[in-house]
Amino acid sequence: MAEIKWTTADPKGVLTGAHYIDGNHAACEGALAAGCRFAAGYPITPSTEVVERFAARIPLVGGMFIQMEDEIASSICLQGAVWAGLKAMTVTSGPGFSLMMEHIGFAAMTETPCVFVNVQRGGPSTGTPTLPAQGDMQQARWGSHGDYETILISPSSPQECFEFIIDAFNLAEIYRVPVMFMMDECVGHMTEKVVIPEPEKIKVVERRWTDKKPGEYLPYQPDPEDLVPYMVKAGDGYRFHITGLTHDERGYPAATDVEIHNNLVRRLCEKITKNAHKIWKWEEKDTDDCDILILSYGISARVALRGIELAKERKGIKVGLFRLIVVWPMPEQRIIELAEKVKAIIVPELNIRAQVAREIERIVKGRCPVIPLGHAGAGVHNPEDIYNAIVEAAK
Amino acid sequence: MAADRVEIRLAGFGGQGIIMMGYVIGKAYSIFEGYEATLTQSFGPEARGGACSAQVVLSKDKVLYPYVVQPDIFVAMSQEAFTKYYPTLKKDGILIIEEELVDLSGVDITQKLFKIPATRFAEEKVGRRLTLNIVMCGFFTAVTGLISRDAMRKAVEDTVPSGTEELNLKAFDVGYEYGQQVLGK
Repeated sequence: MAEIKWTTADPKGVLTGAHYIDGNHAACEGALAAGCRFAAGYPITPSTEVVERFAARIPLVGGMFIQMEDEIASSICLQGAVWAGLKAMTVTSGPGFSLMMEHIGFAAMTETPCVFVNVQRGGPSTGTPTLPAQGDMQQARWGSHGDYETILISPSSPQECFEFIIDAFNLAEIYRVPVMFMMDECVGHMTEKVVIPEPEKIKVVERRWTDKKPGEYLPYQPDPEDLVPYMVKAGDGYRFHITGLTHDERGYPAATDVEIHNNLVRRLCEKITKNAHKIWKWEEKDTDDCDILILSYGISARVALRGIELAKERKGIKVGLFRLIVVWPMPEQRIIELAEKVKAIIVPELNIRAQVAREIERIVKGRCPVIPLGHAGAGVHNPEDIYNAIVEAAK
Repeated sequence: MAADRVEIRLAGFGGQGIIMMGYVIGKAYSIFEGYEATLTQSFGPEARGGACSAQVVLSKDKVLYPYVVQPDIFVAMSQEAFTKYYPTLKKDGILIIEEELVDLSGVDITQKLFKIPATRFAEEKVGRRLTLNIVMCGFFTAVTGLISRDAMRKAVEDTVPSGTEELNLKAFDVGYEYGQQVLGK
């Protein structure tokens, strides 16, 4: 039986009360509430405010921020902190995220629980530093080489930046994966009311420490139920080895052993796919008897709500909204159920290559048309464009 | 301004405190009045002197679309900002200008218009030119009547650097009282 220990937030990190702050600051406060006590980063627009605030706040809470020489260093530095026992994150945007890919794979392979925050801006390359996009969604899932699974979370307001980054840290600990917290410039720089609850109302997962003694402990022996191994930290008296090479349950390299490699890589994927139902998080609005379904995430889902209102007001079209909060893994069964009832699914997102829509198409398998509604970013959809797509699909 | 959604654009030079004005207005309405307010900003890479704009959407309910499309209220603090954004102001909207920085000659203004020499007032009546944005906040509060004076003063106090609260509240009152005078109250 997998043992997950839930506790409540350390009051030191919790700024209880109503604040008027932007998504970046709210994400920082959420991370502190979740127990994050280490961040390494290299500042980049539009994500800089997250670590700026972290650097200012962390001395008061007890912990450390290091500004590293670049994103490559940041993304491995934080993993050192995790193995020393802390909860840790790094924060970046597109160009920095590209540089971090190597070490996202390292975190996946070594099962290092951590959070990567990407405040997305327009790309490719340096693109539009001060303007939003959702163009890194496939990169966040598949960007590092080799097979692995991860978890992607997408908030649509500063309040959700606070709340859902706590989920990100909790899921990272439960499944021992790097969790991708996929914000965008609009949400990151948007200022709204953020209500931070009392520490005792914030649920936080503790690290999955082993209860085995040195000598008995196998660092990569999975829990039989959820396939996640238990952890130790440096200095606790255990001998263990952390390597990006294919390794056996002792953590020793076994880079030429086909069977060990097969078992390891399958487990890295299956600990997410087999537990997906415990990870899913989504929100539905008016999906009971809708003809058209808008399926979206993050800022695009929020903007789409205005398009949906317009379609209801002007044409009386029945439109439902399905908002993915955890974007990967996706609640496939529920999407299929809805696809069997609706006339069409429209997927607005701030990229033009249907990065999430193509995944919906794969799930829906022709049960209904899936209409990608891409926007190249550097702005968000005009609600009128979403309205027009609804009217067109309802014809 | 009975509509559920009120869109406000504040624009001028970087360095005039435009974003802070938007922040004070948003905070007053959301934290101290208890409604919803979304502030977004557009900025270039410059820290000073570039064009700067803050957009605030006030709503009784959750703000869905976060950006301003056609403002109900436009506060222009520079000629460049006025020229760039005036065409999007609603026909029945409110235009507020820093009258010594915005020249309206040759433009047929159809909206309600309120003018204040905020920078000069900040210098002469408050004694700190830097407080021009808070003078404008006071004026905005009086002439629009959207947010209570009390909520705005609390937001000012809560926002400005510590040690400058008194100075900034004075600036707010200078703007507010001038606004009342203009309204004939």
